[in-house]
Parts: sequence; structure tokens; C-alpha cells
Amino acid sequence: MQKLLLLGDEAIAQSALDSGISGIYAYPGTPSTEITEFVQHSKQAKENNVRSSWSTNEKTAMEAALGMSYAGKRTMVCMKHVGLNVAADAFVNSAITGVNGGLIVVAADDPSMHSSQNEQDSRFFGKFALIPVLEPSNQQEAYDMVRYGFEFSEKFQTPVLMRITTRLAHSRAGVQRQEPLAQNALAVPQDPRQFVLLPAIARKRYKLLLNNQHGFENEAITSGFNKYIEGKDKSLGIIACGIAYNYLMENYSDRNVPYPILKITQYPIPIELLDKLYTECDEIMVLEEGYPIYEELLKGSLAKGKKIKGRLDGTIPMDGELNPNIVAIALNLPDERGDAIPDIVAGRPPSMCVGCSHIDSYNAINEVLNTYSKGRVFSDIGCYTLGALAPFDAINSCVDMGASITMAKGAADAGLFPAVSVIGDSTFTHSGITGLIDAVKDNSPITIFILDNFTTGMTGGQESSATNRIEDICLGVGVLPEHLHVIKPLKNQHDENVKLIQTELEYHGVSVIIPRRECIQTLNKRMRDKFKNK
Amino acid sequence: MKIDIILAGVGGQGILSIAATIGYAAIEMGLFLKQSEVHGMSQRGGDVQSHLRLSDKEIASDLIPFGKADLIISVEPMESLRYLPMLSKDGWLITNTTPFININNYPDVDILMSKISSLKQFVALDADSMAKDLGAARSANMVILGAATPHIKIGYEKFENAIRNIFKNKGEEVIAVNLAALKAGKDYTEQNS
Ligand SMILES: Cc1ncc(C[n+]2csc(CCOP(=O)(O)OP(=O)(O)O)c2C)c(N)n1
Repeated sequence: MQKLLLLGDEAIAQSALDSGISGIYAYPGTPSTEITEFVQHSKQAKENNVRSSWSTNEKTAMEAALGMSYAGKRTMVCMKHVGLNVAADAFVNSAITGVNGGLIVVAADDPSMHSSQNEQDSRFFGKFALIPVLEPSNQQEAYDMVRYGFEFSEKFQTPVLMRITTRLAHSRAGVQRQEPLAQNALAVPQDPRQFVLLPAIARKRYKLLLNNQHGFENEAITSGFNKYIEGKDKSLGIIACGIAYNYLMENYSDRNVPYPILKITQYPIPIELLDKLYTECDEIMVLEEGYPIYEELLKGSLAKGKKIKGRLDGTIPMDGELNPNIVAIALNLPDERGDAIPDIVAGRPPSMCVGCSHIDSYNAINEVLNTYSKGRVFSDIGCYTLGALAPFDAINSCVDMGASITMAKGAADAGLFPAVSVIGDSTFTHSGITGLIDAVKDNSPITIFILDNFTTGMTGGQESSATNRIEDICLGVGVLPEHLHVIKPLKNQHDENVKLIQTELEYHGVSVIIPRRECIQTLNKRMRDKFKNK
Repeated sequence: MKIDIILAGVGGQGILSIAATIGYAAIEMGLFLKQSEVHGMSQRGGDVQSHLRLSDKEIASDLIPFGKADLIISVEPMESLRYLPMLSKDGWLITNTTPFININNYPDVDILMSKISSLKQFVALDADSMAKDLGAARSANMVILGAATPHIKIGYEKFENAIRNIFKNKGEEVIAVNLAALKAGKDYTEQNS
């Protein structure tokens, strides 16, 4: 089979296709987005009828995938790390139901928060849910592990979590493909009650899950992904998880590390291998790209055993992603650097595009709110979050998707009037609707701006489930027609928009204002494509 | 043999097409390659970088270690300096001199240029003007790549091949323009060092 140059994300997608998935479910989120986009653009996927359009949020994606697995087919569900919080109810319970067709959940973590609100470590979720975790160290391993993960999933009837991080997701390397497999036949579970988590059934299924843990651990020895690499110098033993293994190897140009190494890319970590390393070596260093989960486990709360080096004792910083230099410093190897960054180099934070509709929306909102005291705008996650920066300084919160409407409601309940919510169209359908229902039920005095640019802008312009549905949704959940307005965020409409906003802010109930204008990026792309096809 | 390259610029300036061209040439040579890219938030007008690693041996890390880059190739002058800690003592810095100003605290351009000129090994060229003169205003990044080619241990014809291949669906005219841009950059470096 041919060798391809693929991003880590693309290697996962290609392998899922080659492993015979019948569908992929996802909501966009950096750094996971390219997995689903690869399938959406793949000829192979089209020929084999693999479903791949975007889901409304990560929970709906996870549940639909579970349904596809129930019907006997292989399926993958992808999200960024915080997406797993949204899908958590389904994810954790899917460990209890188990699966029928193979199911892999891909969670893409973002240590150092390149494009995220936090750097939570999804391996923790795997451990919490008792779901086996695969953490590939490179693109080839990502490809191979997806194939293996589906076999594992079907063998133990368990969902499998694949955890990747930004550097693997967005780095390209050569990947060797395997022969594609046919899709599974349609087949509902043999036990018609497998997925019915009534307490009596759930108790049995949970016991089964607990009993399976030995099998999972055994797989982590026999699959060959975890490796014990002998070393002569036993003064130190190194546990290198996921891509931390690469950073370790980078520091030895001949790849000859003097110390014994335990390379871990599959969990639960086999205790047998841990024990061997611990017994054999004087001290242990744990390199984890993420939280010090296994370091803490090994060390124990009382830390009475051998010396364990890692994030907890300051050998490695507590936060942020690893790199070859951090590992070099930890190992007392030379850390050579080029010249320092000259003082004149200024920071260049991301900003809204020239011509972005959000700019006009904020200009209007700001003009009205300048007449009130500060601190009233609860915003959400998307390009419009950049309204937090100068020159706008327009928003006071951004917490998790959907939190704008609900936080404005809570603040209004506390007496803040007027309270304002600013939410994007895709974020609105992701998690805003339920909060809107709460606000309507209480007739909370809030003004909600749903910034409709017809796309999921921040993640690169994916289709938005909200497109052409927002007014119907709002009216359907009980927003009054006289307090639902669509405006055009344009300079020449500024005065009219300001007037309308002024009026609605003073209304003691739920108002929804929808500034609507196409994202400048998707518009430009549409124009380029049109020009190309002429 | 190994070549580690930092590509630098501002989101939307097209550093990834430079990466793709070098990548194509490297694959044709049968080299191992790793290329880490920036997707996501920074692409909205923020600073972006790509780590491009080529080697005749398997490459371990997706990230180039500090102090180990052989080249910084930048399509923007201030951005070229942001990655100096990555550059090795014998490394070269190849940069465009046309600033991309989307922040209000952008440094004084003369001070910026004098800082670049104080480096041991650098090539600084006004790729935007050179591209415009060639009637290829959008190929400034290929001028920059051209200026870097004498410092990348890959035959020049491999880069030409790569351009022919990468732009093959865009027609002969686009290929010719990009080849001319590449050549102009190469000539600049050869005549000025
Ligand atoms: C739970 C969760 N899923 C996904 C993301 C990634 N994400 C951040 S912003 C965004 C899109 C927002 O789109 P929209 O609300 O339409 O605003 P726009 O960017 O178009 O202005 C996404 C998907 C996230 N931060 N959290």
C-alpha cells in the first residue's frame, strides 16, 4: 500500500476509513477538526457512503456514534478535549453499556492552550470511565492504533479512547497504509438489554466492566505498543508517555539512551512493566504530555518510596506542553539556545478580520452600553470572543460553550439590569437553546445577541446547525415576536442598530437581537471558488 | 544529513505553501520529513510558525529544539526575530523586509532592519516589491523561498519540480510566475552573499 504524507489528524481519519467505519460524528474544535474534514473530503468515504456531516454538539455526536455502534457498524467520534466534558454523560455511560460495532472516541488535548480555555488531560477521563486509552506517539502509530483500536473495541465490546495532543494532530509525516477493510454488516446486539441501564442491569454491566480491566491491562502488554527498552545505567528509569517519548529520543542523536525506558502509549499501564522499572532503577522520571497522572499514582500521597521526578517535584514545569529542551533540562543535558528575542518584537495576538461583521456588532453594542456602568456583557466562545481585546474591550466573560445566556440570566436574577449575552450562531445551537428556555420560563430581563455569520468561524468555517433556523428556534421556545429582531451589522446601519439596542436593553424580559451578515472568510472563499469555476 | 527550518509569518500570509514546496522536494529526495503547523486561533492575524524537519534518518520530535534550527525563513521582518532563540549559532535567517502591520505597537521599521542587519548570517529582501515587478504580487512567499534555496541542501531543480507539481491544476501561467519568483529570490541571495 502507498505511503502518504499526513497530519496526525489525517492519519487517524485515513485509518478509520481503512478500518471500515460506516460513519464519523463530530463537532469542530481545534486541534481535532481536521479528522472529520479529511473524511468529508475523501473520495474513499464518498464511494463507501461513510456519513460525516457535523453534529450539533459533542454530546449528540457521541450518542449518535453509540447508536451506530449499537447497529453493529464501526464508527468514530471526534472532539477537542473540552468537548469531552460536553459528551461526558454519554461517554462515561457508554463504558457501562459497552459497544456492539467498534467505537473509537478521539479527544484532542491542547496543552499550552494554543486555542483553548484550559489544558485538561483526557487520559484522566479514560481512567475515570474505566475505558482503555491509546495515546499514539507519532503519525504512523496513530494510523496503526486506530486499526488496532477497532479490533480491541469489538473484542471486549468496549469503547476505546484515543488521546492525542496538538503537536501530533497538526504535524505531518509519512504514513504507511494497510489494506482497507469492508464495513460491518448491520446487526443489533445479541442481548436486547445490553444498552438498557436500569440499575439491575447496570450493576451487572458494571461488574463486567470491572472484570474486563485485567483484560485491558493484558492487551497493553501484548499489543506491542508499550515497550520496555533496556538500558545499562540503572541510576534512572524513564517512563515516557505518548509524544514525550519523541522528545526524549530527540536528545540522543544516535537514539541510544543509557537508561531503561518504559514507553507508554496504551493504558491502563501494565503494573508488571511499572514494577520492573521501579525495581530495577534507583530513581524514576515520568514524562507525561499533560497532567502528572501516572507520576502521582506512582509517587503516592506520602511519597515514601523511591524518588520520582517529574512535574510534581519541579523537574518539569507543572503546566504547558513538553518540548525537547524541557526534557533536556530534566536530564541535565545541555540546553543550547540561539539569541534572545529582541525587546522590540511586539506580541501579535489574533484579531477579528478586516470586514468582520462582529466588529460592527460590537461598535453598536458598545455605544449603547457606554451609557451604563461597566461589566454587563456575558459572552461565549468563537471569533467574537476576540471582542475582549482592545480596541473593543466589549465583553466580561467567556467560560464554556453556551455559558453566555445562562450567566446573563443568573446575573439578572441577582439584580444586574440590563444584562447582556453575546453568542455565536453555532454556539447557540451547540448549547445556547436550553439556557434560552430557562430565561424564557423565568422571563429574565436579559438581551441576547445571537451573532449569525452563517458559519462556525473560529474553527475554520464549518457549516453551522443554526443556519436558517434561529428565528424559528427562538419563537418555538417562547421568545415574543415583538422582542425578536434581525439587524444588519454594517456601518451604514449603525445609528438604527444603536436605537433598537437601546430600546431592547430597557425591556424587562427576554429580547433576542440577531445581527446577521456572512463571515468575511467564508464569503471570500465562496467568491474565489466561484471565480475558479467560471 | 538533516535540515531544520522554522517558517514564520502572520496568519493568512501563506507560509504553509512554502512548507508544502520544500516538503515535496524533500519527499522526492527520499528524505524523512516532519512538519508541524499552526491551525486554529492564531490563524486569525496572529503570529504563526511551522517547524519543518528533513533528514536522511528517522526524525524523533515534531518540534525543532531551541538553538538547533539551520534556517529561519520568514515572510515578515518582525516575525523573523521572534524565533531567534530557535536558530543555531551557524544558522541563516532569510526574511522579507515588507512589514505586515496589524497591531498599533509595531516597532520602528528602521530599528527593526538594523536589528536584522546585526545578525551574523542573514538575507533580507523586499520580496513584495520583487514579486510585484514580476507581475506576481501574490508570489512574494515564493521569492522568499527562492532566496532560501541556496541554503537548503537540496538541488534547485527539485524546488522547480515541486512548484510545477503543486500548482499543476492552476495552469501554465501560474507555474511560470511562481518559477520566476523562485528564481528572482535565488538570484538575489547568490548576488548578495
Ligand atoms: C465544547 C467545545 N467545543 C468546541 C469548541 C471549539 N470552538 C471554539 S469557538 C467555536 C465555534 C464558534 O462558532 P460560532 O459560535 O458560530 O462563532 P464564530 O466563530 O463564527 O464567530 C468552536 C467550535 C470549544 N471551545 N468548546
